[in-house]
Amino acid sequence: MTEIQFSGFGGQGIIRLGLISGKALSLYAKKHATMTQSFGPEARGSACSSQVVVSEDRVLYPYVSMPEILVSMSQEAYDKYEPELREDGILIIDKDLVKARPARGKIRTYEIPSTRFAEELGNRITANLVMLGFFTAITQIVSPEAMKKALPGLVPGRFLDLNIKAFDKGYNYGKKTKDEEKKQK
Amino acid sequence: MKKEDRLEEKNPIESLLRMDRIPHIWCPGCGIGTVVTSFAEALHKSELDLDKVAIVSGIGCTGRVAGYVKLDSFHTTHGRAIPFATGLKLAHPELKVVVFSGDGDIAGIGGNHLIHAARRNMDIMVICVNNFNYAMTGGQVAATTPKDANASTAPYGNFEYSFSLPYLAEAAGATYVARWTALHLRRVTKSIQEAFNRRGFSFIEVITPCVTLYARRNRLGDGLNLLKYYYEKSEIQHGADTRTLDISYQGKLIVGKFVDKEKPTFLDCMNEHLAKVLGEKYQLYGENND
Amino acid sequence: MKKIKADPKGVLTGAHYLDGDHSLAEGGLAAGCRFFAGYPITPSTETAERFSERIPKVGGIFIQMEDELASIAALIGAVWGGKKAMTVTSGPGFSLMMENIGLACMMETPIVIANVQRGGPSTGLPTLTGQQDMMQAKWGSHGDYEIIALSPDSPQECFDLTIEAFNLSETYRVPTFVMTDECVGHMHEKVVIPPAEEIELVERKWYTGPKDKYLPYKPDKDMIPFMVKAGDGYRFHTTGLTRDERGYPVINAECQDVCVHHLVDKINKNADKIIKLEEQEIDNAEVIVISYGITSRVTTRAVEQARKAGIKIGTIRLITVWPFPEKRIKELAKKVKAFVVPEINCGQVVLEVERCAAGQAPAIHVPHCGGWVHDPDDIFKAIKEAAK
Repeated sequence: MTEIQFSGFGGQGIIRLGLISGKALSLYAKKHATMTQSFGPEARGSACSSQVVVSEDRVLYPYVSMPEILVSMSQEAYDKYEPELREDGILIIDKDLVKARPARGKIRTYEIPSTRFAEELGNRITANLVMLGFFTAITQIVSPEAMKKALPGLVPGRFLDLNIKAFDKGYNYGKKTKDEEKKQK
Repeated sequence: MKKEDRLEEKNPIESLLRMDRIPHIWCPGCGIGTVVTSFAEALHKSELDLDKVAIVSGIGCTGRVAGYVKLDSFHTTHGRAIPFATGLKLAHPELKVVVFSGDGDIAGIGGNHLIHAARRNMDIMVICVNNFNYAMTGGQVAATTPKDANASTAPYGNFEYSFSLPYLAEAAGATYVARWTALHLRRVTKSIQEAFNRRGFSFIEVITPCVTLYARRNRLGDGLNLLKYYYEKSEIQHGADTRTLDISYQGKLIVGKFVDKEKPTFLDCMNEHLAKVLGEKYQLYGENND
Repeated sequence: MKKIKADPKGVLTGAHYLDGDHSLAEGGLAAGCRFFAGYPITPSTETAERFSERIPKVGGIFIQMEDELASIAALIGAVWGGKKAMTVTSGPGFSLMMENIGLACMMETPIVIANVQRGGPSTGLPTLTGQQDMMQAKWGSHGDYEIIALSPDSPQECFDLTIEAFNLSETYRVPTFVMTDECVGHMHEKVVIPPAEEIELVERKWYTGPKDKYLPYKPDKDMIPFMVKAGDGYRFHTTGLTRDERGYPVINAECQDVCVHHLVDKINKNADKIIKLEEQEIDNAEVIVISYGITSRVTTRAVEQARKAGIKIGTIRLITVWPFPEKRIKELAKKVKAFVVPEINCGQVVLEVERCAAGQAPAIHVPHCGGWVHDPDDIFKAIKEAAK
């Protein structure tokens, strides 16, 4: 079982990240994935999050208690959720938006300027998709094909191509990061 | 005398009444029965298939009408006859749906539904019997009680402003609005016939005597005295501006047909709009899917 | 009871990633619901939104009414117009619907109402969960009557149990509730919608005899009267007043006795046929945890812990909450040390467990006032206490 938490501020498409991952895992990767989200005032503006619990069998307990993977796209979200990350977990951040403290325990940290990349692609709204691509390459929890297959219906049709471009940008950056990590080892 | 010989004594509207429920509960001198007679008369004269006419009432003296009329008839809860009728009509657009209820039911507790059904131009007819008080519960003050009139919960006289129902109905979007009194039976029948022959939200107010409560408490005499009041103080003004129809205590009663205009109904608007937006994917509602 | 296959038009066959709210709508459409009237209220609005998008494409009608009083009245009207009808709401709206839920009971009108529960009382916690309307579902309208209430634990069950709710509602001519909550309503999971031919529906119990012999409330052999719709020439009457077989008001104690007993008996005497439970490891259990909806999933954590601690524990998930599985609880009360009942309220269904156990085994409640699910540790502590 794997617990994943996506976090950021309202409007960044954090819930979408959970939805797309959950859908890709459930429908195109033969896994069971339950996506839950925090609603309420905190979902508008300040720190918001979506959680995905992934399992080979039916997910019984649907909530994240100590995530193994934390994605943070804002400082506030990082400050709020990082202490809950497992000591052997994976932390993924937008490096322009989050100033990370020195990592605890065996936490491995991966950074990407997702918002900047999205701006370079012409629309910062796709920063979440850049992040999703990066997340896919780093965690390898699901194939990039499955993720892309999950996009229709979850991103506006007219922006599908742009979103795929953003995803690829993040994915390739993630692959490069992973390759370099291997080389260093 | 053989049974057949008595046929001519039969009330011509008996076929439209549930005779097994007669005698009715209304007091001597009450005006509701006369409005039912006008309604039955209108049904009689109409060329409608009466199997396709349904009547919905709420609660109150007039709320009992549904129980006496031999149509598919629904005696619902207080204030909710209009939304019930809305569901019935939309589920089965082929039906002519009539809401027959009192002023307290329609304009008091159900006032919100009245304005919204009018706003939507829902294709139903509302016959609102206005006797100026809550009669079933013993003559309490209503949204229609004229200022200064006495009621059991306004023992020192009513000091609230009252609704002018035609004004309310027109302002909310009703496309047919008329007001009559229990004296104008043929006019009531004619208005109901007109409403049957048109589409859209029709609102017909009929002012009727409540002898036992409103009249007695206000020392206005019996049914005849009230009809006399209607006779002396009512004035037919077709097309009158509905802003001028306020009723003061024992004051002038402007009656007539005030509004009669065509406007697409809720279903017309829905069908037209969805057909435009959805194209061939959309099957017109109410056609071949009953 | 005539079984028919679902109309493929409304069935979105395939695997989807849906939340509970959307699944309620798909369940309704698959069950043949072609009339939806509702009023927006968090956290149930997504169901209305999905209906508004989908139903015009399958030959049905969506109307957003002026309030919940109107929504439920329109539903009852629509059913008498021949449609299958449903609405969705949450606490405050549920409260507003109560009077006409009684009307639907009295008129024996099959309607389905989903309640995506949130924390109360009053406006309470619009965006956060609760299971505080369970007793309201049973007792909320005035007078004596019985209803059916189901409690899904997942988006898949929101779909499945909405179909089931329609079938039960048509079978027994009674308002049937899908009592879900914000957690399940907003949780996304895979939902598999089968092909239409695999979805079995109960057809309304239409009357077919001679028109002048029709009696709207004459119970058939199975206690359930035959139904007609407006416009078919029966010229029938129905009322919210106490009525006889003809549907005519009769205001006396004798008629009330027949009428109310019928409303209550038709559900209670068929309880065995209606009730669905999911039991696990009951046979040698010392302690049984009884839960429903989202809480049953939270309970699984505590049960794992308890098993690790060597406690012989069984679980019952109430898929049907009302009517309550009296017989089963009575039976088990003789065998177990205690029942543990976690629910997101200050003690509702636990009262029923206590009543049925009748002093033979204690019912330990694990309360939670709403806003979030239980901490599994709290349930575990109660289990340990119960096992002592």
